[in-house]
Amino acid sequence: MTWVLIALLVVPLVGALVVAFLRKNDTKAKFVALAFSLVELVLAVLLWTAYDPDGERIQLASGVTWIESFGVRLSFGIDGIALVMIAVIALLIPLVIGAGWTEKLPAGRSQGGYLALILVQEAVTVAVFAATDVFLFYVLFEVMLIPMYFLIGGYGGARRQYAAVKFFLYSFLGGLIMLASAIGAYAMASDELGKGTFDWATLVTVVRDADATTQTWLFLGFFLAFAIKAPLVPFHTWLPDAAAEAPIGVTVIVVGILDKVGTFGMLRYLLPMFPTASKNLAPLVLVLAVAGVLYGSLLATGQRDMKRFLAYVSIAHFGFIALGIFAFTSQAGVGSVSYMLNHSISTGMLILVIGMVIARGGSSLISDYGGMSKVAPLLAGMLLISGLTTLSLPGTNSFVSEFLVLIGSFPTQPVYTIIATVGMVLAALYVLWLYQRIMTGPLRGDALIGAAAGPGAVGDPEKKTAIGDLTKREIAVLAPLVVIVLALGFYPQPVLDVITPTVGATLTEVGVTDPVTVQEGK
Amino acid sequence: MNLLVAQAQQIEAPEIDYGAIAPMLVVLGAACLSVLLEALLPKYQRWAVQLVLTLVTLVAATGTLILYATSERPEQGVATLAGAIAVDSPALFLWATLLVLAFGSVLLIADRSVEPGGAFVAQAAIRPGTVQDRAQATKTGMQTEVFPLTLFALGGMMTFVASNDLLTMFIALEVLSLPLYLLCGLARRRRLLSQEAAVKYFLLGAFASAFFLYGVALLYGYAGSVKLSAIATAAAGTDRSDTLLFAGFGLLVVGLLFKAAVGPFHAWTPDVYQGAPTPVTAFMAACTKVAAFGGILRVLTVAFENTQWEWRGVLYGVAVVSMVIGAVLGLTQTDVKRMIAYSSVAHAGFLLIGSIALTPEGTSPGVSATLFYLLAYGFTTIAAFGIVSLVRNSDGEATHLSQWAGLAKRSPIVAATFTFLLLALAGIPLTSGFIGKFVVFSAAIEAGLTPLVVIALVASAVAAFFYLRVIVLMYFSEPAPDGPTVTVPGAFTTIAITLGAVVTLVLGLWPTFVLDWAGTGTFLS
Repeated sequence: MTWVLIALLVVPLVGALVVAFLRKNDTKAKFVALAFSLVELVLAVLLWTAYDPDGERIQLASGVTWIESFGVRLSFGIDGIALVMIAVIALLIPLVIGAGWTEKLPAGRSQGGYLALILVQEAVTVAVFAATDVFLFYVLFEVMLIPMYFLIGGYGGARRQYAAVKFFLYSFLGGLIMLASAIGAYAMASDELGKGTFDWATLVTVVRDADATTQTWLFLGFFLAFAIKAPLVPFHTWLPDAAAEAPIGVTVIVVGILDKVGTFGMLRYLLPMFPTASKNLAPLVLVLAVAGVLYGSLLATGQRDMKRFLAYVSIAHFGFIALGIFAFTSQAGVGSVSYMLNHSISTGMLILVIGMVIARGGSSLISDYGGMSKVAPLLAGMLLISGLTTLSLPGTNSFVSEFLVLIGSFPTQPVYTIIATVGMVLAALYVLWLYQRIMTGPLRGDALIGAAAGPGAVGDPEKKTAIGDLTKREIAVLAPLVVIVLALGFYPQPVLDVITPTVGATLTEVGVTDPVTVQEGK
Repeated sequence: MNLLVAQAQQIEAPEIDYGAIAPMLVVLGAACLSVLLEALLPKYQRWAVQLVLTLVTLVAATGTLILYATSERPEQGVATLAGAIAVDSPALFLWATLLVLAFGSVLLIADRSVEPGGAFVAQAAIRPGTVQDRAQATKTGMQTEVFPLTLFALGGMMTFVASNDLLTMFIALEVLSLPLYLLCGLARRRRLLSQEAAVKYFLLGAFASAFFLYGVALLYGYAGSVKLSAIATAAAGTDRSDTLLFAGFGLLVVGLLFKAAVGPFHAWTPDVYQGAPTPVTAFMAACTKVAAFGGILRVLTVAFENTQWEWRGVLYGVAVVSMVIGAVLGLTQTDVKRMIAYSSVAHAGFLLIGSIALTPEGTSPGVSATLFYLLAYGFTTIAAFGIVSLVRNSDGEATHLSQWAGLAKRSPIVAATFTFLLLALAGIPLTSGFIGKFVVFSAAIEAGLTPLVVIALVASAVAAFFYLRVIVLMYFSEPAPDGPTVTVPGAFTTIAITLGAVVTLVLGLWPTFVLDWAGTGTFLS
């Protein structure tokens, strides 16, 4: 079944190539891109069935030599975490394409170019999660920036140039520092084995026994890259700009998928390669994580722009994920990984719904809206559902994850956990307040009844406004997400079964031995 | 008289390994021939003949080089011409690099489609647009002194990287520099800038040569010989004054660093890069860099390897300064050519890191890394300048950054190629620029220069900003209504740009072949 993984990497690239030649014909480009992304989704399902949760650490592995002088190989393989992330990418991309079906691109830009970049982004991001060679991972980690740079810079809002460059430079710098660490690990491997290699499994065995000082330096190099990517406070400032300026589909990709590379990297690279440093520096990460939870929540509450709001919500959620990872219990670890998945789904849905709101009103300022449920009740319902899963209401998917993170972190890190819990309360505040301002009350706001009505004016819902409810296309985009949100909320076991062994293995590599508690807790 | 004859008979003619130095001889011989042609042929025939001669020379020299490199030759290389020239694996690699880069540059130089009549002028008094100027464009075709000058410069560069003693090195330095000074002043447009550049380059270059020569003198005083290996032997174990050694080293290195455009000895670079005709800038930026660093590598590893602990700190600092100057001042530039000039200063810093990456055990992992970097950088630069020469308005090249706004809308292929080259200069993976940085940095970490590598990485990130700025301009800005047009390049420029871009891509994807080749041997000591 190795071919499935390779096909997952190749199909979007082929799709991008085909779509790039359809720049003249927008409709055809959209259908072709959608078709390719659906094929990718089918492949991802196949991948899921091919994965054996109780099998080897890295499965479906394959590889060929790339640069012999450094022992660099083009090698791919997946563990449970990578599988979940690849699956969620494959799920979100068709929805992103569907949601952006009628979106107007800036003048002179074609759907063909836009969708080709999206498909390239999909391929590279899948490859990042599937890479099992550290050099290859670094290469893809940086290459991943290029399509995104053009997506934000070419198709974004008014300050897109600034946002694109900022996004690129932040991630590029982080990546470079990581490269220094990767070379350091490589140099250790050359000393120890007599022959340099970047193979992940081999590097893990070499580096994990290094002395604490070396580990600390190497850890910090990798950590900076992942902290910028994730993003943890105070390395987060690129995200609100990128999220606010990117077109809505791209925001889904940035916030829902790209950011996960950061937390994925922590689990795949930081913990197994540098167990001593991970334990020593855990307080540092935990402080940043909890600060992120509080800071993100507070700033989300205070945002006036919906897209920036989304960015800060994510920063808060990434705080939870990082907390779970560095609490070093299997419950918290499993919680974090499932949170990575559920954050993609919940926040992805929230972003898509807000995108639909913005598509109707043409403004992303919250104050331009009010009482929208009068004219668009279905849309209001969707915003409520996506909001509730974002604030982790029991019965939705995020609740399972957030609960696991908190309950799992409490035994080892009670103080940080208690502080982070405040984030849950704040989540209810910022989500419900957002809903209240946009959807409830009398119909009002510049975006809905026109700026001419003047401040404080109230519209008449009986009168025909240009604002319509969800179209069939939009329902088709959101319906699968609603199903998944509820399904995983009530029955998360299929996901937990896949990730638990991998998280257990990761924690064993760190030297923490309680990988059984979750099994018992089932 | 008899005495003189008797003495002359006592002097034995040195053994000459003609096979080994054939590439050099071919280039220098063709340069002389080229001068003769320039004097004898009627004007209208010169361009075609000179171009064919130059290209054939380059191909022939490469051919002899390949023949020699693949033949049975001593593993560690040979010293010939009484030990003045060392033909070893790095020298062969550098020669090959110089020859292929020169090939690309000559194609740019020879192009007449972008600017009718070529980019060069016959006399300083002819102003653009005048009758004489048009006469040059229509009748004579092109001013062809550039071809012999280029060949001489190239011959000098090849001698320079193979020089096994400091005096040969000095002469080679002059042979390579003097034609370059002239070439800089030949621009057909923006004449004042060009002449100013030539004078600046000449004055500062002469100054640097003086430094170099003074250094040679002091080192001769120290070691009693100008041979690199003799200096190494002398430094290994004597009670002679270290003052002479290090003063000599310092002066010598200043001369070399000047040629390599390493900051803080870079002051000429932006002006000269901007003022020189763009094809010449491409030639200088690619080939001079290769030659200068070839010389630096040889001097450092052969003559001063065993005193590395004394001087490494100094060059460490120089590398930092160069990277910081290149990256930070590059941010403030508004002219494409000046921006690439500052980028070359930053790159010189990276190259210097590779050059000083020597381990205490006496191995030099940095040599092969630096060689690879030079090759990769050279190709990218030539292609980048090739593209710069295409974007023009009625005054000639439109090098001001604001004129590049929205270029992608008008000429997507040119913009995409330039973007790719800029990404390579920034060191983004899947380009040769990244592999070059990677090998240099891993060599440096192996040699214990980790802090320097971290500084270099930060400098790379800063430098990435100004490359990105150009991409932003080209792609995300609206074009100005009276903006420049992109000239459709003729075959020569197209080949040069394609060659550069393809090599940049191929070395980014499959660098193994060149890496292995760069790592085949060490300098002859």
